Amino acid sequence: MHSKYETVIGLETHAQLLTESKMFCSCSTKFGSKPNTNICPVCTGQPGVLPVINKKAIELAIKTAIALNCRIEKMSVFARKHYFYPDLPKDFQVSQYELPLATGGFVEIEVEGKKQKIGITRIHLEEDAGKLVHKGAARIMGAGESLVDYNRTGVPLMEIVTEPDIRSPLEAKVFMETLQHLLQFIGVCDAKMEEGSLRCDANLSLRPAGETKLGTKTEVKNMNSFRAVLKALEAEEKRHAEVLNEGGKILQETRFFDDINETTIGMRSKEFAHDYRYFPEPDLVPVEPDHQWIETIKNTLGELPEAKSERFFNEYSLAAGINKILISDKLKADFFERTVKHFNKPEMIANWIIGDIAAYLNENKKSINEISLTPEKLSEILKLIDNGTITGKIAKNILLEVLGTGKTVQDIIKEQGLTQISDEGELVKIVGDVIKNNPKQVDEFKSGKDTVIMFLVGQVMKASKGRAKPDKAQELLRKALG
Amino acid sequence: MTEELFGKTAHELSSLLKKREISSVEIVESVYSRIGAVEDKIKAFVSISREQALEAARKADAKLKSGENTDPLCGIPVAIKDNMCTKGVTTTCSSKILANYLPPYDATVVAKLKELGAPSTGKTNLDEFAMGSSTENSGFHTTRNPWNIETVPGGSSGGSAAAVASGESIAALGSDTGGSIRQPASFCGVVGLKPTYGRVSRYGLVAFASSLDQIGPITKDVTDAALLMNAIAGYDAKDSTSVNAPVPDYRNVLVGNAKRFRIGIISDLMGKGIDEEVKIAVRDAAKQLEKLGAIVEEVSLPTLEYAVPAYYIIAPAEASSNLARYDGVKFGRRSKDAPDLITMYYNTRREGFGSEVKRRIMIGTYALSAGYYDAYYLKALKVRTLIKQDFEKAFTRFDVLISPTAPSPAFRIGEKVSDPIAMYLSDIATIPVNLAGLPAISLPCGFSHGLPIGLQMIGEAFSEEKLLQLAYTYEQNTDWHKRKPELKGG
Ligand SMILES: [Zn+2]
Repeated sequence: MHSKYETVIGLETHAQLLTESKMFCSCSTKFGSKPNTNICPVCTGQPGVLPVINKKAIELAIKTAIALNCRIEKMSVFARKHYFYPDLPKDFQVSQYELPLATGGFVEIEVEGKKQKIGITRIHLEEDAGKLVHKGAARIMGAGESLVDYNRTGVPLMEIVTEPDIRSPLEAKVFMETLQHLLQFIGVCDAKMEEGSLRCDANLSLRPAGETKLGTKTEVKNMNSFRAVLKALEAEEKRHAEVLNEGGKILQETRFFDDINETTIGMRSKEFAHDYRYFPEPDLVPVEPDHQWIETIKNTLGELPEAKSERFFNEYSLAAGINKILISDKLKADFFERTVKHFNKPEMIANWIIGDIAAYLNENKKSINEISLTPEKLSEILKLIDNGTITGKIAKNILLEVLGTGKTVQDIIKEQGLTQISDEGELVKIVGDVIKNNPKQVDEFKSGKDTVIMFLVGQVMKASKGRAKPDKAQELLRKALG
Repeated sequence: MTEELFGKTAHELSSLLKKREISSVEIVESVYSRIGAVEDKIKAFVSISREQALEAARKADAKLKSGENTDPLCGIPVAIKDNMCTKGVTTTCSSKILANYLPPYDATVVAKLKELGAPSTGKTNLDEFAMGSSTENSGFHTTRNPWNIETVPGGSSGGSAAAVASGESIAALGSDTGGSIRQPASFCGVVGLKPTYGRVSRYGLVAFASSLDQIGPITKDVTDAALLMNAIAGYDAKDSTSVNAPVPDYRNVLVGNAKRFRIGIISDLMGKGIDEEVKIAVRDAAKQLEKLGAIVEEVSLPTLEYAVPAYYIIAPAEASSNLARYDGVKFGRRSKDAPDLITMYYNTRREGFGSEVKRRIMIGTYALSAGYYDAYYLKALKVRTLIKQDFEKAFTRFDVLISPTAPSPAFRIGEKVSDPIAMYLSDIATIPVNLAGLPAISLPCGFSHGLPIGLQMIGEAFSEEKLLQLAYTYEQNTDWHKRKPELKGG
C-alpha cells in the first residue's frame, strides 16, 4: 500500500474466559443480569476480603497456551496494578505482570493464500473491571450522576500479546479472525468482538522499507469488530505515512478509533502517563501448574483446527472450501464425523451439513448439538436418497420436519406418503399428462432441441410433488416422445 | 462472687461453667459491670455490643445445659480488635473513614468463635488501621495502660491488651503486623501470641500489610492462649496464604518441662537502646529457664539491625495498596459536595485518614513508584530474605530464641508522638519476627517502676507448641502473671 514504508503491527487482545464463576470469587459471570446482582464482598473489594484463584480460569488459559504453541511457565505471579477509578472497587487490578502464565508461542495465519506465523509474546490472566453509566455527559467528568455496575468486576480475562510480526491491517484482521476461530474451537471464549468478549488494541508503526529499527508507534484503541480493526489500522497507517512524507514526527500516544468517520483521534498523551506501581499480589501464592495437570489439559484439548483440516483432507478427500467451512465449527465437524460412521459418503454429508442444516441453525440461532437431528437420523435420510427411495427434494422436506418436530424419519415418510414413486404405471400417467400440457416444448424437442428435456423432467417432478426419480422420468419421457 | 468473675482466666471460668456453678450470662454481666466501672479511665473499646453478647451467652448456657460436648471457650466472652469484620456490627479500624462501616460478613476467626459459642463483648481500640505502637493514632481516642493511665497500652492492639489487663475482657483477639499483639501484651503485663504466618486465616482482617499481618490471642495466661489458638488456628480456603497443615491440640503441650530446650538469647537485642531494667529482667528469665533444665547461650543475628528500615518500606508499600479502596465510592465515608470525582477522592481521603496513615501511604506509594521500586521495595525484600536466613541458621542450633519484647516498659502518652522514628524503634525486637513469618509469644517477666516488662520467645515456623510449652513452664515457676493493676493515676 505504502511501498516506501513497511508497516509493523503488534496486537494486545483480551478474551473473556468461559468460566462459570469469577476470577477470584464464586460469583456468577452471567452476562445481562440486573446490575449489581452478581456481586459479593470479594469482588466489591470490601475491607478484609481476600482473593482465591479460580482454577478453571487457569485451566482455560493453559489450554489456550497449548493451542497457541506457548511455553507454560513453571511459576507465574499475580501483581497489583494501581489506578483510581470507580469501576475498580479495590482501586487496583489483579493481573499477571512480570511473570506471565505462558510465553513464546505462535499462531499461523493465511492471507491471500500465503501462510505465515505470528509470534505470541505472552498469555496472562487478569480480572475485568465494572461498568459505568453516566447521566448528563458521555464521561464521568461533567456527568451529573454516574452509576456503577460491578457484575462484570472480577470476570476472568486472558490477555494475549503478539510480537510485532504483523505487516498490514489486513493481516491484523485475519489474525483476529484466526484467533477468534481458535478460541471458539477449543471452547475457552465465545470470542464475540461486538459483544466485547474478545477485544483488541494495536500498536502500529511505520519504517522505511528495508530498515530494521522500529519507528515510533502509536496505540490504537476502541476497535469493536473485525472491520473496525481493518479500518482503524488502515486509517492509522495512512496517517503515519502522511506525517512521515511531510517530514514530520510521529508522537507516541494512544489514539481512539472513530468508527463513524473511520479516523483515529489522539488523546493528550499525558492523560495516559500512569505509574501503575505494580508489585506482587501478597494475598495470592504463585501459580505453579504441575506437569501432570498440564498433560491432562492437553488430553482434553483434542485435535486443533490445523491438524483436523489436514486429516479431513486426507481421510475424506473433502474439497478445501468445504473443509474450511466444516472445521470452522468444532461441533459441526464432530457431527460430520459421527454421521460418516453410519454412512460412508463424506462429501454428501458435508454438503448437507454446511448447506441446509447450517441455514436452519443460522436462522434459529442454535448450534448443531441443540437440535433434534442426530447423526443417525441424518444418515438414515441420506441413505434413502442414495438407494433411490426418495428424491433430494423430499429429503429436504423430511429434514426440516425432523428439525421442526423431532419425529422419526420413518414416521414422517409414512404420514406424508413421501417415498419415491416406484409404481411405473403411476409415473407413465404423469409423463403423459406433462406431454399433453406442454405442446410447445414437445415440438421444440422433436425438432432437435434436446435440452428441453430437462424442462419436461422438471414438470414431471413438479406434478409428482418431487416424488418422481428424475432419471427415471427422463427415461420415460424420451420413450414416450421417441 | 459474680462481681469477681471478670478477674478470672478463661480456663478457670470454663471449668466453673462445666461444673454448672456459674453461667455464661453471669460472666458476661460481670465483664460489663467491670466495663461500666473502669472503661471511662481505660477507653479500651470502640464499641460495645451488650445485647448481642448476652444473647450469645444465653445460647451458650443452653448448649452447656444440654450436656453437649462443648469447646472450653463456649460461654467465655472475648473482645475483638476493631479491624476484624463482624457482620452487622461496625468495624472501624479506629478510622474516621470507616466510622460507620457495617461489614456484610464475619471474619473467619469471628465466625469460628461464634460457632463454638464464645460471646463477643465489643470491638477494641487500635491505632488507625493498626498503624502505630500506642493507640495514640486511633481516629477516636487513646487507650490508657491499666498499670498507669498516664502511659500508653502499646499498640496497635492496645485496646485488646488493656481490656484483658483491666478485667474488661476475659480474653481478646489482636492482630500483629510488626509487634501489634506482643508489644501491647508486654506493656499491659498479659500474654500475646503472634502465630506463624499462615497459621490463622486472615479472611476478614482488614489488611494493613498483607504479607505480615497475622491474628492471634491476647490473654491473661499461657493456658488461655492455647485455648484461643485451638479455636482460631487452621487452614481456610478463603485465605490462599493460610497453610493446610494439621492443627495440634495446643493444650497437650501445657506441661511444666524445659529440659533439653536449647535457648538462644539474641545478643543484638540486648545492647544499645534497650533499658537496663528490661535487660536485667530478660537475663533473670534466662537464668530461671536454665534452672528449669534449659540450655541457654548467646546468639547473634547481625541482619536484625536492618529489620526496622526494611519493614518501613514493605509494610507501607502494601498498606498504600490495601488502603486505596477507601475512596468514598463504595462504602465508608464520602466527602460531601465535591464538584468532581478527583476532588471527591482527595477530600474523602484527606478528611478520613489520620496523619500516620497518610504518612505511610505516602512512603509506600513512593517506594513502589517507577524508578524507586528497585532501590527501595526490591532491596527491602532482599533484606527480608537475609533476615529469614539469619533466623533459619539460628534455629539449627536453638529451639527457641528469646529477647525483650520491647526496649522499654510503657512510655508516657504524648512522649513519642512528634518523633515517628523513636516510635518505630519501639518495635525493633518484634518486627524481625513478622518479616520472617515466625511465631512468637510475649509474656510478663518483671516490672520496672510498677510497669510490666515482656519476655519474647521466638520459634521456627509452626512451632507454636514449643513456644507454648516453654512459656507455660516459665509461667508456672513465676508469679508475674498473677499481679493485677490497681488502675492508679489519672
Ligand atoms: Zn464476587
